[in-house]
Amino acid sequence: MLKSLQINPEKCTGCLQCEMACSYENEGVFNTAKSRIKVFEFHHEGRQVPYTCTQCAEAWCLQACPVDAIKLNHDTGAKIVLDDVCVGCKVCTIACPFGTVNYNHDTGKVMKCDLCGGDPECATACPTGAITYVDADWTGLDKMRLWAAKTDTQPRA
Amino acid sequence: MAWHRKVLRVNLTKGTCVAEAMNMEWADQYLGQRGLATKYFVEEVDAKVDPLSPENKIMFVTGPLTGTMASTGGRYSVVTKGPLTGAIACSNSGGYIGAEMRFAGWDMVIVEGKAAKPVYLHIENEKAELLPAEDFIWGKTVWETERLIKTKHQDPQMRVCSVGRPAEKGALFASVVNDLHRAAGRSGVGTVMGSKNLKAIAIRGTKGVGGVVNPKEFFTAVNAGKQVLKDNAVTGQGLPKYGTQVLMNILNEMGASPTRNHKDSVFEGASKISGEAMHEPRASDGKANLTTNQACFGCTIACGRISTIDPTHFTIKDKGGYLGNSGGLEYEAAWALGNANGVDDIDALTYVNQICNEDGLDPITLGSTIGAVMELYEMGVITKEEIGFECKFGDTKAMVKLAEMTCQSEGFGKIIGLGSKRLTAKYGHPELSMSCKGQEFPAYDGRALQGMGLAYATSNRGGCHLRGYTVASEVLGIPFKTDPKETNEKPELLKAFQDATAVVDSSGLCVFTTFAWGLPDIQPQIQAACEGDWSLDKLNLVGERIWNLEREFNLRAGFTAADDTLPPRFLVEGIKNGPMTGQKTRLDIMMPKYYEIRGWDKNGVPTADTKKRLGL
Repeated sequence: MLKSLQINPEKCTGCLQCEMACSYENEGVFNTAKSRIKVFEFHHEGRQVPYTCTQCAEAWCLQACPVDAIKLNHDTGAKIVLDDVCVGCKVCTIACPFGTVNYNHDTGKVMKCDLCGGDPECATACPTGAITYVDADWTGLDKMRLWAAKTDTQPRA
Repeated sequence: MAWHRKVLRVNLTKGTCVAEAMNMEWADQYLGQRGLATKYFVEEVDAKVDPLSPENKIMFVTGPLTGTMASTGGRYSVVTKGPLTGAIACSNSGGYIGAEMRFAGWDMVIVEGKAAKPVYLHIENEKAELLPAEDFIWGKTVWETERLIKTKHQDPQMRVCSVGRPAEKGALFASVVNDLHRAAGRSGVGTVMGSKNLKAIAIRGTKGVGGVVNPKEFFTAVNAGKQVLKDNAVTGQGLPKYGTQVLMNILNEMGASPTRNHKDSVFEGASKISGEAMHEPRASDGKANLTTNQACFGCTIACGRISTIDPTHFTIKDKGGYLGNSGGLEYEAAWALGNANGVDDIDALTYVNQICNEDGLDPITLGSTIGAVMELYEMGVITKEEIGFECKFGDTKAMVKLAEMTCQSEGFGKIIGLGSKRLTAKYGHPELSMSCKGQEFPAYDGRALQGMGLAYATSNRGGCHLRGYTVASEVLGIPFKTDPKETNEKPELLKAFQDATAVVDSSGLCVFTTFAWGLPDIQPQIQAACEGDWSLDKLNLVGERIWNLEREFNLRAGFTAADDTLPPRFLVEGIKNGPMTGQKTRLDIMMPKYYEIRGWDKNGVPTADTKKRLGL
């Protein structure tokens, strides 16, 4: 089953455990500045929203790369940056409509979410279930269940 | 080692920022954060120093677990000699800036001297520089300061801590506020920062925290700890849902909620300003006071409150601001601004708590000082002419106006800015200051809870609940239940809490974890992150060492056993209403025993044997 990250901002508390888990997995240090997932605080609205790559089926970053440094992992559906091929031209960062591919000036390469090979550390680390890793074809299942419950309003015999 | 082993020394007089190696021998003896900075402080600063002179220093310090994945591992402390107390001050804050300091590659920032003109410290990884604050952020609130700095540096990801206007004007209980609504709140640490013409510290770090000694064991210990927090009723359910305000009704119902400057011990309006009330929809817009809970860096508890004020409320009408969400009421602030003044208007309390964040004031000392003013007003000692308006207990508008005047250092607000000890002394009634060593008591009646009475009298930073929170045992039964009225075994209980808390405060973790965690939960996290032996025995010794180091500083600063005391309202008058009527704090019974088990002589001085045992 192809899986995908699902984000529920309502459950996010802004603890940044996801950012630390991501940076530790990818960089070997706790460093939110190098996380592939970011939590955005909308202070006056009282909202915290985690955001990362959604792994577009037709990935603009992959299409735009002039040296074919972004490849599809068929098992996970992740679009993966090949560090030894990437030349740091940043064209993918322009092509991505969502801003989820970013340049890392320490390495001279771009970085993006690779779903940790199919076991995303951010989802494991999230203490509230705001980030989960679910069936890619049914990311709407929980919401459907919630609304389905509301339609069943007839009194029972 | 999770440490960078790097200290940034900033000399404001000379205008220099110099990197130096951290003293790892001291880190081995004092762990980090509170303990480590206190060691630096007592080695470098004369205990008799005037807290507001250039010779005082102020240290911003992290623990070894700050900036790691350990739950709540985002804490930092501000250590200095406190102007409110004249004692060692160590105020602890969460939010994100502690972790950012570590991410920039620094474990501690030591600030000394005084700048000729207002400045702020800008840190970007190894680069540290002092920049002019005049005609920019000087004279601005904390909130404006943070916005202006981020705009100027074009860096929305920067973390900022700063002081507001009262700190610049010398109000003695100014806090250092970071991330808009997290504060190193007590003892006037912000006033020290202001006295040095240091307006803010802005940090951006992209290096991260590495070097965990044993990563596999670290993650095992950290994950086990997180599970304990999740499964515990207080940290897993009570705190996320109600915040620390979960305590408002509990304390009030048992008759341990000091009210109207400790004249009463039950507040009839408590349920209206409780954690439960924060969930109730209001009439005007149908929204509850509480929007959501929020975590500090790395915290899997998330007790922080994010609230709005009723848009039709008089406090914010025609003001243009304060309509959005910001930091909401925590128990101590709700109590100090509410119960201590007899005010039960939740929106007024939320507003005043917000302006305390906006302008950097400690709401506990502010609320308690206003309580003393209200009592003196009702006695006829302070007059309407002097204040400018009527000021009886329960007068919401008076409480709000006085708080605003204190933020702006205007009129009678300047006198409130002195704190209750100096204010009541000025009016000839020092007995009406509900404080010890100059610092006001928080939200637990030290007559009803004998352990807390002893905690207030012996706290090294003056009246405080965070130096030994025997409430856990006396009210909540953590780790075991004790009778709050009973004095027996309380000195032993308090000593154990004080020493363990000193360890937690030195680790980078939040003391609220100890509702669920004991040192055995924390020890493996420290052991896996740090080099060397960090056994339970050693941690207990480190905690006791820190406590005695602070005590010795205070003794050298001029405090004596005579200062380990409480107001007559605690020792002589006793509680006058509610289930705890008649209760007094029996320091006469507990203090000798406390000194004895601390290994101190009858004058409260650590004996030579004690010092030798602790390596002091």
